[in-house]
Amino acid sequence: MRPAPSLFNIVSVACGLAFLYLPIAVLVVYSFNASRLVTVWGGWSLRWYGELIGDQALIAAARTSLLIALASASAATLLGTLAALAITRFGADRGRTALSAMVLAPLVMPEVITGLSLLLLFVAINLDRGFLTVTIAHTTVTMCFVAVVVKARLADLDRSLEEAAMDLGCPPARTFLTVTLPLIAPALAAGFLLAFTLSLDDLVIASFTTGPGATTLPIRIYSDVRLGVKPEINAICTIMIATVALALIVASLALRRASSATTSRRPGAA
Amino acid sequence: MMARWRGGQGNWWAAFVRLAPTLWLAAFFLLPFLIIVKISLSQTAIAQPPYTPTFDLAAGLAGLRAFLAALSLESYRILGSDFLYLASYLKSLQVAAVSSVILLIIGYPIAYGMARLHPRWQPIALVLVILPFWTSFLIRIYAWINILQREGLFNTALAALGLVDTPVAWLSSDTAVYIGIVYSYLPFMVLPLYATLEKTDATLLEAAADLGCPRWRAFWLVTVPLSAPGVAAGVLLCFIPIFGEFVIPDLLGDSRSVMIGQTLWTEFFANKDWPAASAVAVVLVGILLLPIVLHQRAQARADKD
Repeated sequence: MRPAPSLFNIVSVACGLAFLYLPIAVLVVYSFNASRLVTVWGGWSLRWYGELIGDQALIAAARTSLLIALASASAATLLGTLAALAITRFGADRGRTALSAMVLAPLVMPEVITGLSLLLLFVAINLDRGFLTVTIAHTTVTMCFVAVVVKARLADLDRSLEEAAMDLGCPPARTFLTVTLPLIAPALAAGFLLAFTLSLDDLVIASFTTGPGATTLPIRIYSDVRLGVKPEINAICTIMIATVALALIVASLALRRASSATTSRRPGAA
Repeated sequence: MMARWRGGQGNWWAAFVRLAPTLWLAAFFLLPFLIIVKISLSQTAIAQPPYTPTFDLAAGLAGLRAFLAALSLESYRILGSDFLYLASYLKSLQVAAVSSVILLIIGYPIAYGMARLHPRWQPIALVLVILPFWTSFLIRIYAWINILQREGLFNTALAALGLVDTPVAWLSSDTAVYIGIVYSYLPFMVLPLYATLEKTDATLLEAAADLGCPRWRAFWLVTVPLSAPGVAAGVLLCFIPIFGEFVIPDLLGDSRSVMIGQTLWTEFFANKDWPAASAVAVVLVGILLLPIVLHQRAQARADKD
């Protein structure tokens, strides 16, 4: 029997959560402040949201960011899933060890180095910097996150289903598409979402690899933030938080439905 | 059963699954890193691209020889002789080490508390710790600028409590950097700690209690040693990225004392000194490999026992 949590335990968790959420709450509340000054509460207002709508450059940056996130997350989900499959399902040899190391290295590599090295590559091969180069850079980093998420799911998966399909003469590629893929779909969705938000969030790698005409939202926010606090930035940030929160809620509902469907279809599976 | 995967029709599929991600990472992760190493051995030039020598495939073997002869360790010599670089590396080391310790001190009670919650509440606490990680990192730093600025909430609160007479300049200081880093990296410390603490065998603590060991002593003698792998993982997950951190010290810190990520950024964007930036990066990777290798050795030893 596990002992009940002490008062100290509960207070630690509560304080930790308060520390994590208070600054975000302050930001959201002040985005609705009618006054330009942070110290003065001028009543609730949508004024700063209204000013955002007229900012064409900002809307263009948001569009660029969303498109890059969509493109890179799609490519990352494909490549990351293949990497996870190669690591978990194909024999242990030197190639697999190398791939595992290459999947883990970008996760701990400082962003300034990843950004710089990719930029130097693009310069060396004379590739014009812009939408494509940022997308390639984001794909490279986020595919590793997808690989980690999908790998965990593949390792837990009951292999007897795949083996049964192949014993009955189903070729490996088809086995993957009809048996494995539906079973790991929730992990793919989670990986895609993670890759999408990481891409949307990235400032450093995008700053190195972008070019004229491909300013992303974080690059734009960063240049604004350096000039000081502006209520408009509070409003952009609140919209971004709301978007991510909505995406997470939708995804978790979808995942719950998907996972309850797979477990009910597989009675007796652990 | 592995043989079945490789048999007959499976060959093209197996080749595709293995080659696609390997080639992508080789092209966009390994190759760029080799280019960094190469450019760190080049010299700055007022040209496009701004370094020399550039490698010309058409020149053949003679070209390769001329190219190799023109490489130099000049950038590394500057790195060693200019105090600015050493100061930045030391600053990064200091910030990464101090932040990791603060994170451990703050994160451990939170992770421990989470692990002791009723099993029904644990997943909820876990999700709540992970959630802020999904909001933009830039937004979270910006939120702190809001709070810490001269007319911000923090100073207002301190003045209201009568703790300070004049507003304190919190921004552009090490304090602000530490607050920003601890805030951003807390989930990275709490999650691995929670993962090991949650698995701690409660019967060991019961045994200790049955043998008359007081609860606090059992905590030090049983729980803390068993959580060592989580501590190592958490510190590693925080220390390495903090060492190369750019955005947090740039937005919250003092511009007179910069971390190595900022130096690299300035060399590249402001000074356009690509060889110097590359040399900074190569040395940085060398430094960060050390804790990773140490950790893997320790883990290999633990697995053997």
